[in-house]
Amino acid sequence: MAELHNPAIEVHHDDHAHAHDHHGHDDHGHHELNFIEKYIFSQDHKVIGKQFLILGMAWAIVGGLFSIFFRLQLAWPDESFPILEWFLGGWAEGGKLSADFYYALVTMHGTILVFFVLTAGLSGTFSNFLIPLQIGARDMASPAMNMGSFWFFVLSSIVMFVSLVIQTGPAAGGWTAYPPLSALPQASQGSGLGMDLWLISIALFIISVALGGLNYVTTIINMRTKGMDFFRMPLTIWAFFFTAIIGLLSFPVLFGAAILLEFDRLLGTSFFLSDIYVAGEALHHSGGSPILFQHLFWFLGHPEVYIIILPAMGIVSEVMAVHSRKPIFGYKAMVFSILGITILSFIVWAHHMFVTGLNPFVASIFVLFTLLIAVPSAIKVFNWITTLWRGSIRLNPAMLFAIGFVSLFISGGLTGIYLGNATLDIQLHDTYFVVAHFHIVMGLAAFYGMFAGIYHWFPKMFGRYLNSTLGYIHFYVTLVGSYAIFWPMHYIGMSGVPRRYFDFTVFNQFNQYADLNKFITVAAIVVFFVNLLFVINFFYSIFKGRKVTVQNPWGATTLEWTAPINPGHGNWEGDIPAVYRWPYDYSINGRDFIPQTEKLGPNESEDHDIGSDTPKPTEKVPGENLH
Amino acid sequence: MNTLIGLLAVVLIFIIVFQLAKASDLMGILKGEKEGENTEGANKTQGLLLMIFMIVGLIGVVVGWLIYEPQLLQGGWSFVPASMHGVEINSSFWITTVVCGIVFFITQAILFWFAYKYRGREGHKAQHFSHDNKLEIIWTVIPAIVLTVLVARGIETWYDITSEAPEGARIVEVTAQQFNWTVRYPGADAVLGQREFELISGENALGINWGDVKSQDDLMPSEIVLEKGVPVLFKLGAKDVLHSFYLTHFMVKMDCVPGIPTQFWMTPTVSTQEMRDHRNNQEFDYELACAELCGRAHWNMRYVVKVLEPAEYKSWVASQTPFYENVKASLAPPADAIPAGADSTVTVPVEGDTTKPSIGEKESDTNVISSL
Ligand code: HEM
Ligand SMILES: [Cu+2]
Ligand SMILES: [Cu+2]
Repeated sequence: MAELHNPAIEVHHDDHAHAHDHHGHDDHGHHELNFIEKYIFSQDHKVIGKQFLILGMAWAIVGGLFSIFFRLQLAWPDESFPILEWFLGGWAEGGKLSADFYYALVTMHGTILVFFVLTAGLSGTFSNFLIPLQIGARDMASPAMNMGSFWFFVLSSIVMFVSLVIQTGPAAGGWTAYPPLSALPQASQGSGLGMDLWLISIALFIISVALGGLNYVTTIINMRTKGMDFFRMPLTIWAFFFTAIIGLLSFPVLFGAAILLEFDRLLGTSFFLSDIYVAGEALHHSGGSPILFQHLFWFLGHPEVYIIILPAMGIVSEVMAVHSRKPIFGYKAMVFSILGITILSFIVWAHHMFVTGLNPFVASIFVLFTLLIAVPSAIKVFNWITTLWRGSIRLNPAMLFAIGFVSLFISGGLTGIYLGNATLDIQLHDTYFVVAHFHIVMGLAAFYGMFAGIYHWFPKMFGRYLNSTLGYIHFYVTLVGSYAIFWPMHYIGMSGVPRRYFDFTVFNQFNQYADLNKFITVAAIVVFFVNLLFVINFFYSIFKGRKVTVQNPWGATTLEWTAPINPGHGNWEGDIPAVYRWPYDYSINGRDFIPQTEKLGPNESEDHDIGSDTPKPTEKVPGENLH
Repeated sequence: MNTLIGLLAVVLIFIIVFQLAKASDLMGILKGEKEGENTEGANKTQGLLLMIFMIVGLIGVVVGWLIYEPQLLQGGWSFVPASMHGVEINSSFWITTVVCGIVFFITQAILFWFAYKYRGREGHKAQHFSHDNKLEIIWTVIPAIVLTVLVARGIETWYDITSEAPEGARIVEVTAQQFNWTVRYPGADAVLGQREFELISGENALGINWGDVKSQDDLMPSEIVLEKGVPVLFKLGAKDVLHSFYLTHFMVKMDCVPGIPTQFWMTPTVSTQEMRDHRNNQEFDYELACAELCGRAHWNMRYVVKVLEPAEYKSWVASQTPFYENVKASLAPPADAIPAGADSTVTVPVEGDTTKPSIGEKESDTNVISSL
């Protein structure tokens, strides 16, 4: 233990690991961590990953419940629901949601799902858990910073939660928080203290993302094991890598916007405000531009949607390859399309602003780039489908969710082609069509990617399996249910019904869909409950699930499956394995799969799709001479 | 009580499903299912379920389409867009729908069919197939071409729609505020009078400078009235927060931004009466809605828009008195003669705003107005 390079990492054998460990028991001098070091303030990337997952799940339940509450209002605007009053008290007096709180719920639903669940819960979980395990590192470059990333997320969560219970309620200006509405307490109850807390929470969250992202990027660049060339990294790692880069470049812009907005609110500056007469009073602000905020917001906001979807894409690529027993089709094309998406994602933001009075010429440039981004997206879809072709597919819950992901990504990506066309966006902007688009392509698809990842790596995370019958039930009910919720919204949106309406009955033209709205709400309730069932399965299986007894149950090639069944801090007990081939040698040379750690045979050349057939030793691996 | 029973039922179902699932997994283990592997039977069941989902789903998409098609874009294939540029948007919409529809059906069908066809079976091996440059080039180039066509068409139409308003377009100024609209017509001189932010007050909602003679013939009606066939340029603004001027049937949408003027021009082509006849609904009216979240009563900013035949329009204009006439007398002392619709001081108690007005009585003056 004397030559330990990174003092934060101590090789530590988990209790369970001993029972199944084939590598012998070379226990030497390490101290047992106590409960708090091990599970609460842990610096082990695996524990931090699980912490992100569990906090993300808690938020998903809250955010999901909120959507049920406001869906009840949309389906039965004239009914009252005692259960609402029970949950929300004064906000739903007599069981009827107030309009103010309807908008607060919608805002919190969006914020929670986009940032806390699909950013932290997805990227935080899997980047943390998988990066060191799949590139062959003992931990992240800076485990302490990594722990900080999680605890900033906790702080951010606490602040947001507090905003839910204060007198004037949480922010209610939409997850996009457009000023002037979000800047003026006179204009909306939610723009009072709730908005301050929202901004603080988001700022803390951005710090969390930055700490995590710096770590992911540094770790991937510097800590790959011997032989792990860039083009031998699994697609998961590529996806996490670009996700982190996008986050590092775009989140700070939101940070800036949030601070400027807080200045406008607190100090009376005029970054985003001008010529405002509200609540019978003319304000002194002048010279600011509300549109500027939108530019800043979407400069993050659009990349953010890729921050959410790229990890899911990476996970799905990996899960599909493993369970089809085939290499991912077009590995390099997959990498370059992620790269293409990453670059393009920074130059399409104004497609959210076609009808804000944007200069028409500028808008047309954004149309061009926006539709361009559909090309790499299409390539990925075709490659996934071809990966299935002539496979020997294991249709387990992980794989089913991966297939579901592709289906949803197709459905939602195609509607992007409508919206990216500024001409059509005049009609479709801010209607239910947009709601359908982004829930399918981002919300659902990312959730499916997350589920695929959970079902696939649960055995690695907890040394046990999830109950697969419940997994199948979870999948089919969710699949049918989620299409049932969001597909009809296309029709509603194509008919012109605007989003963010508390009640449609005021307008004759929007009031024709009462039945569809009831149908959608019922489907949402069913999906909510079946996902609760998943949560129960998750926690039950952590303690009582079927035990994993083989090291590599899926027959996967990647490095995480060469670690002990319950890896301790430091991941591998002996030396870190070296890598000699790409991660997709499935069904080759008459064998089912060849792990990355196996040397190339004498007559074997590395699969030519990845270019470098001469395996060359790469960077020195920190902590390699640990034993 | 009902809630309680409902919750109990859910808990019960959960327990039952959970126990069954546990038993089912256990059975599999007892039958000797290999860890991490699926049995051939399991793969077959799942493959079949996926196929059923795909087939039923695609049929559902078609059936849903057939049911709702008459309402799409407010009228489906047979839609008569109520504006000139609406026709262009409409045709772009259908072209995109055909292209995307084809891609949708083919890719979804193949995806699920492959999942079924290549499910794991005993003695069946996967084929190592890692890439194929030709294939990949094909499916990069084809989408690129299709998208280029869509972009080219889209941008061309976009430039048409966003071009300068034609000479002689009628001007209608619309100002949004929480939670209603104030409309102003330039009157006989075809020029709107000056407005100044500093002049805005409860009485002078728009901050009109009445000293400017150009403002003295301006009209401020309580509906938007347009003349069929005559281009109209909407000059848009907002007083407090963002709003969005949204005319569904005319395919018009443009944000109203405090401090920054925006505009949108169009030519209405179908009169209200024609649309009523076309839809067999004599109650029909074009409605202006707000499409940008602007606060608690965002959903309640309905405003009626009428399109009249030229002759009717002329007599409508003739029947209007300039707004100045209403305020002239009271310009020095605070005015209380401002007609409904142009006034932002009509207040309805805010707490009650979840109870919406019934359909007949919800013209502008019953809109909920913030009085925080
Ligand atoms: C195929 C490529 C895509 C295109 C061309 C596209 C285009 C667009 C456009 C133009 C809008 C603005 C619509 C409007 O507000 O009027 C939009 C909204 C949105 N898109 Fe996409 N999109 C694509 C894929 C995606 C993906 C992959 C995601 C996420 C993973 C995504 C997430 C969103 C979200 C979250 C919004 C709405 C945000 C809001 O207004 O609240 N889109 N998309
Ligand atoms: Cu975007
Ligand atoms: Cu509004």
